[in-house]
Amino acid sequence: MKAPLLTFWPCAIAIFAAGFIFTLIADNEFYFFASYVVLQAVIMATAWNILGGFTGYVNFGSAGFFAVGAYTTIALNKAFGLPLPFLILGAAICSGIVGLAAGYLTLRLKGVYFAIATLAMSIVFETIANNWEYVGGASGAYILTPDDSLFFDSYIELLFMLILTLAIGSAAVARYMSSSRMGRGLAAIRDDEVAAECNGVPTLKLKLISASVMGAMMGVAGAPYPFFVTYVDPVSAFNLLIAVNAIAMPMIGGTASWIGPIIGALLVGGAQEIITVTISSEMNLLVVGVMLVAFITLAPKGIVGLYQDYRKKKRRQGTNQFSRLTA
Amino acid sequence: MTKMFGGFVALDSVSLHLNQGERLGLIGPNGSGKTTMINCISGALNSDGGSVLFRGKQIQGLPAYQRARMGIARSFQIPRPFRSMTVLENLCLPIEYAAAGRIGPLNVREQGMEILETISFVDRADELSADLTQVDLRKLELARAMAAKPTLLVSDEAMAGLSSSEVDEVLEILMVLNGRGVAVIMIEHIMRAVMRFSERIVVLDAGKKIAEGTPDEIVQNPDVERAYLGQ
Repeated sequence: MKAPLLTFWPCAIAIFAAGFIFTLIADNEFYFFASYVVLQAVIMATAWNILGGFTGYVNFGSAGFFAVGAYTTIALNKAFGLPLPFLILGAAICSGIVGLAAGYLTLRLKGVYFAIATLAMSIVFETIANNWEYVGGASGAYILTPDDSLFFDSYIELLFMLILTLAIGSAAVARYMSSSRMGRGLAAIRDDEVAAECNGVPTLKLKLISASVMGAMMGVAGAPYPFFVTYVDPVSAFNLLIAVNAIAMPMIGGTASWIGPIIGALLVGGAQEIITVTISSEMNLLVVGVMLVAFITLAPKGIVGLYQDYRKKKRRQGTNQFSRLTA
Repeated sequence: MTKMFGGFVALDSVSLHLNQGERLGLIGPNGSGKTTMINCISGALNSDGGSVLFRGKQIQGLPAYQRARMGIARSFQIPRPFRSMTVLENLCLPIEYAAAGRIGPLNVREQGMEILETISFVDRADELSADLTQVDLRKLELARAMAAKPTLLVSDEAMAGLSSSEVDEVLEILMVLNGRGVAVIMIEHIMRAVMRFSERIVVLDAGKKIAEGTPDEIVQNPDVERAYLGQ
């Protein structure tokens, strides 16, 4: 699944351009709201996969990092009224540091213990948010969207282009991390941490980098969220659905490559949006659950894994036919 | 060095010296402290007393990955391949990580293929390591240690459970390595292999060094006989 550099960036630019054209021709704002949610899921799934898929540490605390990003925006906006790019940068730094700290404290734990520690950490942050009056405490905070939406027709179009850019950026980071020397080191950690260390891989350092990038990326996903919903309270920012989606989407798409989580997020996120509108808003949770169970039992390597197996089988059949012909 | 697990003394002031390019056999009954010893050398454990010197440098307390980068490679008793990677990718990892700092920039895949050639494993390069048989996993384990370009290889029971022709194959690989100037510490229960391979043998029993000498001396040593067979 390694797309060469020459095809990745043209594709990314084409997607960006398509998004821009979309803002010019579509006039039903719902499309932008729905796309925003899906693209936010793309970033979350990509972020989760950096630690969960590449490095093999399953993290249940995604909602915590997401909320740290959202609350950083609220706090910085209230304190300094900074423009959005600075808020996003601030959120990335804050949740990146949280990722680093959480990694330092918990990455010695293996398997299920690590998962529980991350879940507990998310609850700790929720408690802090509930009791921090400056950012609204338990009753939540309202945030005003700026009147100025640059050259877009409405602010949601601007947010849509912003999250699209961030999603492409996340994909580029994940792609770089998986195909570089660092990515191979992370894969070695996932396969066998002791053997990785004995082969010269600085396991602790790489795990901390991986946790920091994961945290920062989730913070980036959460940073524009207050402007998107205009009202943030701990219940919505720390919603369990965020954490569940962040795990389910990479699992369904395939965790071994950078593209798996994107496919999973587009598929599951898209399905959720469609079902919310056409059937009911409660139904979409059920869909995630059923899809997750189906994929874990039938295709544990996700959609990407299915595709690779199919390719392998086809290639083998091809060589068999060839040897039959030459025999 | 001394190593304790709680109140249990696994290594009791054992001193070990290895010359450049030497082949040393480390033997002893089960539980005598052999694996603890090499864990302290490779960095998986840190000894509680004493020190570990490597080429004149104090390496006590350094994490395992740094020791690997300095040129200490180890192979595991139970093979620990990177299961999601192919055979060649398994070798590329230590070349990129453990060896890169010492031998400068190089063509990683080419280097990997060269090692596969020396152990006649080229046709398996693109096979997934999870699909290998037991003997091939042992070979991969040694090949990966070679790929780290070590000056010291610690081989932990690389031959346990292999047939005698397979033992010969693995011995052959170790000899090739040694021929390139790599010192080898071999832990082994298969006496035929240790005796043939080692220039010098150290015998541990219950955390103490009870004998040291050439294979012939060790065979005739009454203490060793007592440790292995009882009185």
